Amino acid sequence: MPITVNSQAGSATIALSGEIDHHGARTMMGQLEDAIAQILPMRLTLDLSGVTFMDSSGIAVLLRALRQMQQLGGSLRVTAIPVQARRVLDAAGVGRLIPLE
Amino acid sequence: MKAIDQTTIVFSSRSANEGFARSCAACFAAQLDPTLDEVADIKTAVSEAVTNSIVHAYPDRLGRITLRLRLLEGNVLEVQVKDSGVGIPDVERARTPLFTTGSEERSGMGFTIMESFMDSLKVRSAIGKGTTVTMRKRIARRTGGAR
Repeated sequence: MPITVNSQAGSATIALSGEIDHHGARTMMGQLEDAIAQILPMRLTLDLSGVTFMDSSGIAVLLRALRQMQQLGGSLRVTAIPVQARRVLDAAGVGRLIPLE
Repeated sequence: MKAIDQTTIVFSSRSANEGFARSCAACFAAQLDPTLDEVADIKTAVSEAVTNSIVHAYPDRLGRITLRLRLLEGNVLEVQVKDSGVGIPDVERARTPLFTTGSEERSGMGFTIMESFMDSLKVRSAIGKGTTVTMRKRIARRTGGAR
């Protein structure tokens, strides 16, 4: 299971893990969308500590989660970003849209 | 430029092969004794190029993708990803950040990331004939690398 969910009192943390490439992104997007729709958090944290590889497909996953959270009127932040994933996000300027911690 | 070492891998445009292509490139590059960051850069760029071929070159059929890896003089790794797909109508436009003709799983950042993670990027494309992406990266010499 590439995502695990932990939620309480309007906040949720969802941990993504494994390799996020085009091959796995569609499944991960679907799971993430379902989890957000079920929990309806006001504050969502995506924990990337278990991500072993990420390419630009991961950016699409994060932007999709951002759009969903914006529709809910909530906020999104991304934490525990491994070095390789961080460099991908920085190269694409994702930090201008989503707080990266 | 003369190649000191070279290998070519041909595979089908199935998305499961994205990870295979990344691993092949990383294994070939290992003889240059790269740092972990350099390996990650190579894997990321290969992933982007191969994904482009899988998604855009063969939108409705499986096709052939050729990954050619060459070790050039001066500790330079050359990665070439070639397909025989539909081709890119406007390469300059395709290289623009955020431009994509793909579905919502695509971010339009593939070429931008290839450019950031490699030293050079060349894209040749002909409509109906296919696309060839050639990238080079110099790996810093360290003790124990291939000579």
